Amino acid sequence: MSLFNVFDVSGSALHAQSLRLNTTASNMANANTVSSSIEKTYRARHPVFAPMLGDLFEKTKGVGVQVLGIVESNAPLKQEYSPGHPLANENGFISLPNVNVAEEMANMISASRSYQSNIELMNSAKQMMLRTISLGQ
Amino acid sequence: MQFNFEKYLGLHEPALHLQSRRAQLLAANVANADTPKFKARDINFREVMKQAEENPKGQGPLRITSTQHFQPPGFTDGYEMLYRHPRQASIDGNTVEPEAEHSAFMENTMRYMSSLRFLSGKFNTLTTAIKGQ
Repeated sequence: MSLFNVFDVSGSALHAQSLRLNTTASNMANANTVSSSIEKTYRARHPVFAPMLGDLFEKTKGVGVQVLGIVESNAPLKQEYSPGHPLANENGFISLPNVNVAEEMANMISASRSYQSNIELMNSAKQMMLRTISLGQ
Repeated sequence: MQFNFEKYLGLHEPALHLQSRRAQLLAANVANADTPKFKARDINFREVMKQAEENPKGQGPLRITSTQHFQPPGFTDGYEMLYRHPRQASIDGNTVEPEAEHSAFMENTMRYMSSLRFLSGKFNTLTTAIKGQ
């Protein structure tokens, strides 16, 4: 039954979207994690999505999503002059992560909506299959 | 009396097959709604059904019957896979519009269910004929 493939494809999307939610949570949690050196400061992380290549060549199947990896944002870090801070460096500066909170919120909403719509597709496919199984009864 | 199952079930059987294939394509589109540069694909249901009507099972113009046959690019099982034109272009080159895909999927599901209902009725007719009551 080719409908089974809907579960594979939507399942891969669920996996990708949950990973995206995970990185968003990590970014939001660390939005205010300061540090004394630029190297040790947290940088915003984002997953990279791509179509599943194996499925692209096998033309009779739907194409799932895969996560190629997680990249760290190379936007400039914020430097703040706060000599009283316990983590301030010798010049009195602390480094703040380059997490853009508004962008992360938008990412979060997009990920959770995509997750929901994939679940809905799986539900519809399930109904179709159940009805097929009970055909002629 | 010769009874031909394929004739009796008519176009509903190829329609079911096609609708389940289309469900898969649309699911792939929704799954890739956030993948950069992904192009949404679909089949022209009316065209493919017309093909199925004109060329009954196994006699389609582009059917692969041997592993050594070539698959023409963009075709699967003899259906031509088309690219969807997005109404609003997006900056990352992705042409999936979730609302369009969702409505297409829902419509496809309803069509699948009605094909099933028709087939179910046909089978019930047969059972009644066999039992004679």
